[in-house]
Amino acid sequence: MTTALNQSEHAERLSSLVSAMPAEIDREIGLDLFRDMTLGRRFEDKCAEMYYRGKMFGFVHLYNGQEAVSTGVICAMKRKHDWFCSTYRDHVHALSAGVPAREVMSELFGKETGCSKGRGGSMHLFSQEHHLLGGYAFIGEGIPVALGAAFSSRYKRDALGDERSDAVTAAFFGDGTCNNGQFFECLNMAQLWKLPIIFVVENNKWAIGMAHDRATSDPEIWRKASAFGMAGEEVDGMDVLAVRGATLRALERARSGEGPTLIECLTYRYRGHSLADPDELREAEEKEFWAKKDPLKKLEKDLTDKKLASQDELRKIEKEIDLEVQDSVEFAIEANEPDQDELTKYIWADD
Amino acid sequence: MSGTLLFNALREAIDEEMARDSHVCVMGEDVGQYGGSYKVTKGLFEKYGELRVLDTPIAENSFTGMAVGAAMTGLRPIVEGMNMGFLLLAFNQISNNMGMLRYTSGGNYKIPTVVRGPGGVGRQLGAEHSQRLEAYFHAVPGIKIVACSTPTNAKGLMKAAIRDDNPVLFFEHVLLYNLSEELPKGDYVCSLDQADLVKEGKDVTILTYSRMRHHCLKALETLESNGVDVELIDLISLKPFDMDTIARSIRKTHRVVIVEECMKTGGIGAELIALITEQCFDDLDARPVRLSSQDIPTPYNGKLENLTIIQPHQIVDVVNRIVQKGI
Repeated sequence: MTTALNQSEHAERLSSLVSAMPAEIDREIGLDLFRDMTLGRRFEDKCAEMYYRGKMFGFVHLYNGQEAVSTGVICAMKRKHDWFCSTYRDHVHALSAGVPAREVMSELFGKETGCSKGRGGSMHLFSQEHHLLGGYAFIGEGIPVALGAAFSSRYKRDALGDERSDAVTAAFFGDGTCNNGQFFECLNMAQLWKLPIIFVVENNKWAIGMAHDRATSDPEIWRKASAFGMAGEEVDGMDVLAVRGATLRALERARSGEGPTLIECLTYRYRGHSLADPDELREAEEKEFWAKKDPLKKLEKDLTDKKLASQDELRKIEKEIDLEVQDSVEFAIEANEPDQDELTKYIWADD
Repeated sequence: MSGTLLFNALREAIDEEMARDSHVCVMGEDVGQYGGSYKVTKGLFEKYGELRVLDTPIAENSFTGMAVGAAMTGLRPIVEGMNMGFLLLAFNQISNNMGMLRYTSGGNYKIPTVVRGPGGVGRQLGAEHSQRLEAYFHAVPGIKIVACSTPTNAKGLMKAAIRDDNPVLFFEHVLLYNLSEELPKGDYVCSLDQADLVKEGKDVTILTYSRMRHHCLKALETLESNGVDVELIDLISLKPFDMDTIARSIRKTHRVVIVEECMKTGGIGAELIALITEQCFDDLDARPVRLSSQDIPTPYNGKLENLTIIQPHQIVDVVNRIVQKGI
């Protein structure tokens, strides 16, 4: 099996996708989506710069190329009400959930002002305030945690009688995770108990160096939902409006007590697995194919075609975002390191 | 007999805490309709309903992780390991998420969970069902580990574990469920981190926990008739150890024997001896001794099984030697 063949299969899937009712948007929402995606892209570019300048350390996994998924899902949900659960590639999910760029950047710098107080780092971003259940560094381990948050929503509504308890949880993970037991176990339980959860697969085709169709017997992940009697949908993960449309449908099901949905977003990461990945296996042809599908350019075209925004307005937003990202870096540089006397703080609940 | 069996004492504790706080819930394999494999949750499904007493599919790592997520979002789950050995399959969730997440999140979340169930060597259950996971989990930061040994402390410790805001691994012993005892009246809650001074003495300190407490008590009958005055301490808390109580006793007796059911290598006794050597070295008149299980998978054959774990006569022999000769 050659990589080129894999490439074309994955691309063919995307090109043959039936357009599954993209979301209708107005100008305000459109600009919000553009702002969120731009923040995701520019923030990650800045991370690469800071990593290579020796300002941040460890494993850093960037999200470039996948922005339509984070923005498409999270911006369709209610911030500080619904719950979000991420992986090691979590910076942009945190930003979409509303964690301030300053808090995310200073966490990556290991500073006390970071959203995890400098104890977590790139793969462990948390914010209770913004209902970010966390970045989970090991494959699949966040899915059960997300399931627990969804269980809480149902428990509060049905066991405690709180009718306002309608929070939905979005669990993000990749194609590699869909070969892991926790994925299947949690799909089963979610459907069994009709839990308000959306399983969002960001199928970027590569689990580090393992091509998706070399790792799984049926590459169409969304179809695995049907084994559990669950609703499943595949969407163009480079199209934020398609992702948003699928999310709104899943949200309706979840809030009305119909239970979970599995959404498979066909997407691509523009950088290596992490900044330490030499990225030697992916062919130039494949990268070019996906570069042409850039989700930001796609949204820009949609917004301008529909006359919801002008190019000038979008360039202005980009400048504002650049200032916000630059501000987050300056803030992170200035911020204090954690107090060394507090090395053992937060081990126990009363610390 | 108005005594309460240990498994019923645990059930009373869970029942009382579920009545007291509607966020307390139970999840695990066969905890609901079936009432738990050792009947610790019998009747609670009928009383509290299927969400508060949740029968889960056989998916240990995932339902343990689900408890973590539920705890992060306001519930206080009690996870039953049908057999604590099954929780090897949940090691990742217990270690990475229950134990470490509060710290890793910089204090964003608390994980008030109890993971409970039967551990220890039973009667010819074979190697997999006869494990002592307390030693395996001992190094995980951020979790408390307790082991109950009597109906009274089972009840008081379970209530304390449920009320604690930290994750607690709660070890019961498969052969102690039918112990019977009159329970204290009222809202009886024990301290999770306090050892139980079972019997005061002046000649030698024995540190033990779980079922071995009862083997030690049997040994004490012989030792007392030989005129040896043993101070017996049930550790209760396996993490953190109650070093105040332990050190106070060693300052008095100057000799210490550890009796444990876990394996010798990397066991509870190994860590205890290290701490005692660090903190009580000058008070010791004899080297500390540990009596542990053999470093082998527990064999099925009854005679071999008995040879694998410590028996009361071995405790008598070692204590006699340490007192008479200071070995």
